[in-house]
Amino acid sequence: MTSTILEMRDITKTFPGVKALSNVNLSVEEGEIHAVVGENGAGKSTLMKVLSGVYPSGTYDGQIIFQGQECQFKGIHDSEHKGIVIIHQELALVPMLSIAENIFLGNEHARYGVIDWNANEARTSALLKKVGLKEDPKTLITNIGVGKQQLVEIAKALSKEVKLLILDEPTASLSEKDSQALLDLLLEFKRQGMTSILISHKLNEVNRVADKVTVIRDGRTIETLAKKDISEDRIITSMVGRSLDDRYPPREPDIGEVVFEVKNWSVYHPIHAERQVIKGIDLNVRKGEVVGIAGLMGAGRTEFAMSLFGRSYGRRITGEVLLKGKAVDVSSVSKAVQHGIAYVTEDRKTYGLNLIDHIKHNITLANLGGVSRHSVIDDMRELAVANDYRKKTNIRASSVYQMTGNLSGGNQQKVVLSKWLFADPEVLILDEPTRGIDVGAKYEIYTIIARLAAEGKAILVISSEMPELLGITDRIYVMNEGRIVGEMPAADASQEKIMRAIVRGEGKAA
Amino acid sequence: MSTDSAPAPQGNIAEEQRPRIAVSALTTNLREYGLIIALIVIMLFFQFTTSGTLFKPVNLSNLVQQNSFIIVMALGMLLVIVSGYIDLSVGSVAGFIGALAANMMVIWQLGPLSNPLVVSIVCLIVGGLIGAAQGYWIAYHRIPSFIVTLAGMLIFRGICQALLGGGSSVGPLPDGFKALSSGFIPDVIGPLTLIAPTVNAAGKTILGSGLTLHMTTVVLGLIAVLAYAYFGVRTRRKRERHGYEAEPFPLFVIKTLVASALALFLVYEFASYRGLPVVLLVMGVLISLFVFVTKRMTIGRRIYAMGGNPKAAQLSGINTERLTLLVFINMGVLSALGGLIIAARLGQAVPAAGLGSELDVIAAVFIGGASAMGGVGQVIGAVVGGFIMGVMNNGMSIMGVNVDWQQVVKGLVLLGAVIFDVYNKNKA
Repeated sequence: MTSTILEMRDITKTFPGVKALSNVNLSVEEGEIHAVVGENGAGKSTLMKVLSGVYPSGTYDGQIIFQGQECQFKGIHDSEHKGIVIIHQELALVPMLSIAENIFLGNEHARYGVIDWNANEARTSALLKKVGLKEDPKTLITNIGVGKQQLVEIAKALSKEVKLLILDEPTASLSEKDSQALLDLLLEFKRQGMTSILISHKLNEVNRVADKVTVIRDGRTIETLAKKDISEDRIITSMVGRSLDDRYPPREPDIGEVVFEVKNWSVYHPIHAERQVIKGIDLNVRKGEVVGIAGLMGAGRTEFAMSLFGRSYGRRITGEVLLKGKAVDVSSVSKAVQHGIAYVTEDRKTYGLNLIDHIKHNITLANLGGVSRHSVIDDMRELAVANDYRKKTNIRASSVYQMTGNLSGGNQQKVVLSKWLFADPEVLILDEPTRGIDVGAKYEIYTIIARLAAEGKAILVISSEMPELLGITDRIYVMNEGRIVGEMPAADASQEKIMRAIVRGEGKAA
Repeated sequence: MSTDSAPAPQGNIAEEQRPRIAVSALTTNLREYGLIIALIVIMLFFQFTTSGTLFKPVNLSNLVQQNSFIIVMALGMLLVIVSGYIDLSVGSVAGFIGALAANMMVIWQLGPLSNPLVVSIVCLIVGGLIGAAQGYWIAYHRIPSFIVTLAGMLIFRGICQALLGGGSSVGPLPDGFKALSSGFIPDVIGPLTLIAPTVNAAGKTILGSGLTLHMTTVVLGLIAVLAYAYFGVRTRRKRERHGYEAEPFPLFVIKTLVASALALFLVYEFASYRGLPVVLLVMGVLISLFVFVTKRMTIGRRIYAMGGNPKAAQLSGINTERLTLLVFINMGVLSALGGLIIAARLGQAVPAAGLGSELDVIAAVFIGGASAMGGVGQVIGAVVGGFIMGVMNNGMSIMGVNVDWQQVVKGLVLLGAVIFDVYNKNKA
């Protein structure tokens, strides 16, 4: 290989309370496809945001050397100017504009502010040809599938004289066929001499196209493997190899009869009606048991949980929910809550909290009946309840009158938990309960979970952090592409086993 | 980190610092009462520029009668805006209901159905149905409220004009009906003469001379003030008994005294004229009801939660669709009441009744501190906002300011109030 195009040296990035990256090194040579792999939360996306200037220079430590020059990007504009283009996980296209309008958005061929549509469309056609997309440049984005949208994103990147193309989980929402086409396209670009960084946790894909693999874990570079050393086993070991010390509170499981049971649960996508998101799931949770659902992003775990909870997601939902052996109606959130099911969302800011109201009002929201008589709220009782839960879950705030929008992530999560604890459920579904919160707060959340299990609740935990599942659950289901692809007692489980269940299950037809 | 929600900095506020709480109680209260202070300042300003006309008892009665419909509709609009919606149709609905009422009482021979009370009840129900019809599309089909109610604004103004046969007006309305707006409560206790009126040479009393108090008004006013003080003290006691801090005692005393003094002043003003206007009584009852519903009832809490974060509210088991429908039904009923009040004040139904009043109503709610994003706003704020608009209308009219310039001033006050709010919020 020729010269090094990019070198990132000793990159350290801290968020208040969390060290997201610590002394990460990445060296990419010209003309190669360099894969960056790691678990969810390992720091891959943060690293790419540092590189592309989303986190401007000065907010991190370390050096970025691109084409032999040290770069200090103040924003995305600077990095794009140098030819570094990043395609994010969530596509950033405007749905109601055409392909051509999207590709040249903010960069239109124009004279005195008047757009030359012919020039734009001609260039768009040329770019679409390059990425192998046969669509009219005038087609609206909303009318083409996700796979094609991904290609439009790439065409947009190509329109910017790209020297280094970064793809963040490009195939996460693509079908098998579209993914293959995308990988072929990457290989084609490589033949033309372009350098790309591929962020992925689909190891079969990495195996197929990457020349080098850098493994990141807990915000550190573990190793960089050359083509000859790349193997799934090697990568898996490297990705997960860490010990489980006492980051989890000890607990004595006291497991009883089956409380919560789901039978043959199927759900279709709310917009793309032909896409089946959840494909016949069966699972059960016992009294006092903590059950985990492992899987990668896009496996359908959140969709599964939300469809269970009052059909808050999806269409054409079929299947049965049983509580203590009896089928129950969970067709609306209030019915689900009445039957004693609670769902703590993965996205507390969007779905969990009223951020412009204070802690007290948030805690009682799911069970206003518990603090009122004849629909009149008893102020004193409400205050007592709020203070009680604030103490129980150790919410750090000046008082229960503090706005939840001003709390840290961990304390916000405790407010959401308190809200559902006050609703007194039998079954608690916790979706990514520790996402984006610091280590200390995580431990507190684990302690609450352990205490709830000891009180005899049935708890279902969805998490992308495998060590967490291994540390706090009794039994683990592995989910992939809308199916349960494995089930194992936590005692027998390991990150390797889970990873294997996922990657081996990939693309497997049922 | 594939999901980059960087954790917010840990709150560095130490547990329960008494002085800090006292200070924050003061600042939040200042913000809350800032609006009332603004109203008083504006009133004093006009009292000065109109050389004392504003506070004349007869003018205060006029002021209440002219603006009550804005405030009644603002109560409904507050809930609509807190829920995160808007209603542009209220002025047209009010106009339509006025036309309907006038037709029922004057044109159509409906026998006993033409009785003012029956007509009023029918009209309130029709208002509720209109609200339900609009709310249905907003709640269950997610059509933006701006569009649905813009359509309603056109539709009901059109029907209003059609009912009145083009450009003509329908009247006169029966006196019993007009009492809703221009009536005063009867003095069941009997007047108390403090200073005997001057009698002129012809042996007639000179109007406005002497001082006679409408005793029923005085008694009602005293009861209201005592009740206010009693409930204030009771809530304080209750908090203290449960071991929670109430607001600082001096602040509480000052607040209660100032509010009582203001209330007594107004009572005196009304009592020295013809007593409490009926419409003020109606308004007072409605305001108390809405304060109670928004502050103390579960449905009120749910409305705030829905406006603050509709998805989180839904996932907490709140039926946001039904709640939205109820909010619009309530708005419809209050628009109808507004329409009845307008018709009763004019003594006839006119095609332009309530024209443009939706904007005054919305302005009142925003001046009162509600957020256009939903989830924030207080009943008292909307009421005070309504009075600020009303006092400015009244004061500038007396001063002889041209109607065109009145609009400019009202627009500036609205903008200023909202800018002040946003600035305050950013600083906090």
